[in-house]
Amino acid sequence: MKPVERRLLRDVPALRRHLARSAALALLGAGLVVAQAALLATLLADGFAGHGVRALPTAALAVVMALRALTTWARGALAQRAAADAKRTLRDRITARLRHTDPLRLAARRHGETATLLTRGLDALDPYVVGYLPTMAATAVVPLTVVAWLLWTDWTSALIVVVTLPLIPVFGALVGLHTAQRTARQWQLLARLGGHFLDVVAGLPTLRAFGRERHQARVVGEMADAHRRATLRTLRVAFLSSFVLETVATLSVALVAVPVGLRLLDGDVSLRTALTVLLLAPEAYLPLRALGAAFHDSAEGVTVAEQVFATLDDDTPARREDRSPVAVRREDRSPVAVRHTGRARVAAQPVDRTGVAAQPVDRTGVAAQPVDRTGVAAQPVDRTGVAVQCTDRTSAPAQRTDRASAPAQRTDRTSAPAQRTDRTSAPAQCTDRTSAPAQRTDRTPAPAQRTDRTPAPAQRTDHYPPVPDVHSAHLCLDAVTVRYPGRAEPALRDVTLALRPGEHVALVGPSGAGKSTLLALLLGFVTPASGRVAVGGTDLADLDPDAWRERLAWVPQRPHLFAASVADNIRLGRPDASDAEVREAARAAAADRFVAELPDAYDTVLGEHGAGLSAGQRQRIALARAFLKDAPVLLLDEPTAHLDPESEAAVTRATVDLMHGRTAVVVAHRTTLLPHAHRVVTVHAGALHHPEPTPAEALATP
Amino acid sequence: MTTTTETPGHPVTTTETPGDPVTTTTETPGHLVTTTETPGDPVTTTTETPVGLLPAPARRPGPEAPAPARAPSPTFRLLRHLLPYRRGLLPAALAAAGSEVAAAALTATAAWLITRAAEQPPLASVSLAIVVVRALALGRGALRYVDRLLGHDGVLRAVAGFRTRVYEALVPLAPAGTPAFRSGDLLTRLVDDVDAAQDLLLRVLIPVAAAGTVAVAATATATALLPEAGVLLGVLLTVAGLLVPALVLTLSRRAGHTEKAARAELAARALDLTQGAADLAAYGARGRAQEGMERAAARIASLERDRARTTSLASAVVLLLQGGATVGVTWLALHAHAAGALPAVHLTVLAVLALVSFEALAPLPAAARRLAEVRASARRLADLLDTPPPVVEPAAPAPLPAPGAGPLGVDISGLRVRHRPFGPPVLDKVSLRLPPGRRVVLLGASGSGKSTLIAALMRFVPYEAGSIRVAGRELGDCAGEDVRRLITGMTQDAHVFHATIRANLLLARPDATDAELREAARRARLIDWVESLPDRWDTLVGGDGATMSGGQRQRLLLARALLADPPVLVLDEPTEGLDPETAAAVLADILDATRGRTTLLVTHEQAGIAAADHVVTLDHGRA
Repeated sequence: MKPVERRLLRDVPALRRHLARSAALALLGAGLVVAQAALLATLLADGFAGHGVRALPTAALAVVMALRALTTWARGALAQRAAADAKRTLRDRITARLRHTDPLRLAARRHGETATLLTRGLDALDPYVVGYLPTMAATAVVPLTVVAWLLWTDWTSALIVVVTLPLIPVFGALVGLHTAQRTARQWQLLARLGGHFLDVVAGLPTLRAFGRERHQARVVGEMADAHRRATLRTLRVAFLSSFVLETVATLSVALVAVPVGLRLLDGDVSLRTALTVLLLAPEAYLPLRALGAAFHDSAEGVTVAEQVFATLDDDTPARREDRSPVAVRREDRSPVAVRHTGRARVAAQPVDRTGVAAQPVDRTGVAAQPVDRTGVAAQPVDRTGVAVQCTDRTSAPAQRTDRASAPAQRTDRTSAPAQRTDRTSAPAQCTDRTSAPAQRTDRTPAPAQRTDRTPAPAQRTDHYPPVPDVHSAHLCLDAVTVRYPGRAEPALRDVTLALRPGEHVALVGPSGAGKSTLLALLLGFVTPASGRVAVGGTDLADLDPDAWRERLAWVPQRPHLFAASVADNIRLGRPDASDAEVREAARAAAADRFVAELPDAYDTVLGEHGAGLSAGQRQRIALARAFLKDAPVLLLDEPTAHLDPESEAAVTRATVDLMHGRTAVVVAHRTTLLPHAHRVVTVHAGALHHPEPTPAEALATP
Repeated sequence: MTTTTETPGHPVTTTETPGDPVTTTTETPGHLVTTTETPGDPVTTTTETPVGLLPAPARRPGPEAPAPARAPSPTFRLLRHLLPYRRGLLPAALAAAGSEVAAAALTATAAWLITRAAEQPPLASVSLAIVVVRALALGRGALRYVDRLLGHDGVLRAVAGFRTRVYEALVPLAPAGTPAFRSGDLLTRLVDDVDAAQDLLLRVLIPVAAAGTVAVAATATATALLPEAGVLLGVLLTVAGLLVPALVLTLSRRAGHTEKAARAELAARALDLTQGAADLAAYGARGRAQEGMERAAARIASLERDRARTTSLASAVVLLLQGGATVGVTWLALHAHAAGALPAVHLTVLAVLALVSFEALAPLPAAARRLAEVRASARRLADLLDTPPPVVEPAAPAPLPAPGAGPLGVDISGLRVRHRPFGPPVLDKVSLRLPPGRRVVLLGASGSGKSTLIAALMRFVPYEAGSIRVAGRELGDCAGEDVRRLITGMTQDAHVFHATIRANLLLARPDATDAELREAARRARLIDWVESLPDRWDTLVGGDGATMSGGQRQRLLLARALLADPPVLVLDEPTEGLDPETAAAVLADILDATRGRTTLLVTHEQAGIAAADHVVTLDHGRA
């Protein structure tokens, strides 16, 4: 038994029970087979001897055969149930695991492997559970019982069986080994030839466009023929194993029957014994032969089990998704956390952080802050007010003045080291690194603190810190570098960006430059390898991801529409929204009109991948989602990509409406959305290029 | 009758480029008027063309049409299509039957041998039986081996022929005649359906043939030995071989509906949970999706548990019947023997025959289940094979000039196209002129009918009114193949085959020289990439170009279209799905390569629009 099979039995209790039950039923079945042979032989021998028809053994035979039928039914039914239960157990475990898997990676995985595994893939376990496991149990039990009985009735025949029986597994293994190699070599060829038909049919419109359809008709026939020949080459060898097994089994019957017949001629043995041997001998071989066939059928099941465990063990750097309070504690001890020192540092100061969050006094202590807040509330685009909270290179000269006052704060801090521990949450942390070298020096004591604090995980986040109010807090990327596994170059390199509440920032740049990664960072789908993402001074990595995402509305480049009604698709972020609210959101997203034209309007159930809707329509459903969610921060990834001009205009209008009064980061390729941004940031090869707007431009921004 | 006024409500959108003639078209019922104006030259020529009304496309009886009194089962319809391949199947069935009969005969002969030996006759009287037993013991395995090989060979031959048949049925349906070409999933299912036909033969027909042979042979032998035992055995074998599988078939079908729905639900949930993971996470809906998945899994499990009771019921019933037959036949034989009507050797042979003859029936319940599964595939295939092509080829096609004589022009006027016979028109009163050697850009929102217009030009869909004229011929009067020799290019569903780059390009012109190949690749700016590859032109590009980037794929398709070098080149959204930079680069190359060709270009790119000689906007099927 392979390790994966052992693990399967260990992990799925239903299968352990199933194996035990199968063994018990096989034992019962073996007993019945023996009884059947003995009874039938007795009946016939008695008849031969002229004893006439005896009712009792006849009735007993009938009962035994009926019981056999019952056993077979029970074995089959229990096996199917075990398979159903095992599959359910594994499905639930995979599902639970998916809940904590990096969503982007999951969505990007090609060909929907995981989805297939969850559905049809697991069904490949059926032959393993229903066929292989019970046969294995029978193999352990039945031949022994039969041989034992034979030994008692006629030891010479038993000897023949005992000698020939091992030939089956030996030959089976020998042939199997040989075929396995041959088959593996043939497999690729078979797959290629088999796939040809699909390729040609898929390309039929193209073939017709170039008048090649007739030529290909011949090729289809030729390829199918080549496929047949290749398959037969494989089968010729593959069937050898069953040939050997069948021949050993049938030959053994002849080997048993002929000597018995000859001994009968001499009167050495009774007819009753001879008939029992004849009827019973094949039963000894049956499970072994069945095992060979079941083994072939079960191979796929074993492969699937391997896939299942690979999925369950899949150890991507534990994302925030995993962070139940318990998980946090575990993570801290794990090397993973150590690697992300940037994060670990912050994570090591939960007490301070919670303290800070509870006491906004620290913030109000910063002189410019209250002004800023009121400024933001009244006029979200007020740059000067913002400046202190997040010194931004792009800002107008007014900011500089603010900065000038900033050193005062810093001195203030250095003089009060106790406060520095709170610094992580202080808005100044968001400052652009380029602004003040003094700050760096200020940071130096940090490592010392870090070492101090790491050994105290006990006080750690039993609760996540509250999410800062994003209506006033800044969103900052502080020297963030993002690496994807298996890529040499970082996706984002040392990126610093600060977003004021209500600001609209457009990200432009060639594809693959890291624009979507930047959004994924803000969504918490991606964790920085170094640097940090902060919300009003709190590291995003410390927040409850679900609580944080409640503040966000995301419109991805290719939104996924769920196999549910249009209304439920729009309700994604707010399942309790009323029909009227859904409709209003759709109207706002310019989706109302086409939704109304669908067969069942809002109740139309969308097919796979939202089939039946165009890209633009899907995009607008996603926008309606965002409208309905009414979140203060908007992350839009090329909402108008791949749209025809008409749809683009509709989506642009809807998007601009949505952005109003919210913080928005928009990845925008096309120009239609750019005029609505306060600031355009170019992303190139993982780095940001901030424009240096002239004051006039800054004033001119809407 | 000649009218030169425009009918209000038929918006005609023509964007004029100074100096070029503008073609506007109006239509009055039954007549078509083309007005050609050249700016600055107020002379208006008006010509009248009779509307080329085409025969309505042959259509299948719609759902409203009364169904035939008794539609044959889809499986039988499929079998009818498989009938021509019976020559390969017959030896397979014979071998299978032979090996099953040998198995039964082995045990029966051995039983005869033992009983005869018990009478202690001279050795010579059983020596033949000994030889037979040994021969059958050896032959049984060999026969089984031959049966399996022959079976697979015959079936694969049949499937090879059937694939060609399906392919030929698909040819006139591509791309507009069946929904399969609009979805990769449907297409994959279609190919799987063809493989299901293989299962129908291998796992249903052949075991049934073998079981039937054994049952008939056993019944005949038993009848010869003891008629009443033969009758009993025959009846019970019939019940086990016909009624039980029929019951299984009914049960599987009934279970099939609910389970199919539950499986579809599970698949949808699984897809949502994985493909939609990011959307779910962003909207805090992962927990809900997980619950939904768990509910679906629980439902499947409970259905499967329910089904467990019935699936193994069939084999249990067969065993029960086997027991009944053994006990009954033995009982009858014992009585006959006691009455002196049956020799002792036949007594055991009958009993053993009753026992072993049921073993050949063992695969039947599984075959019945498979048959139930194949049914859906059979229906789809039979429907496909019976689908009439959307375009009816003229009986005596009008000749068209061979390509190569330079660019041609195309005149489209008053074109009306419907996808379904009584559905809304996709294109209506569309008029458009493609002057020789000019570039026309076709604009319009998605769904406005741009691709349909191209499909009509390429004779993939029929037009029911209006006319398309090229080289002075009405397209409807010409053979589709001839038309596509003149009008072709890059369609939206253009496919990259799992073959070498060279093969993918040569498809467009198999007799092209290497120089022509390179020239086409050069103009599509594909050549640098090709030459940078280790295998160059012989590089295998994966399933639908999976190993290439989007830009390379589009360039390959462009090079192919350029190699075909048709007098009228159509390019349907050649930059679709590319990021803006790549799209701009590809479009620039397209514009370079199409200079001086008659080109119909569908694009939204500004650069393409700017470089057009004419821009035509389609709006809800109107131009």
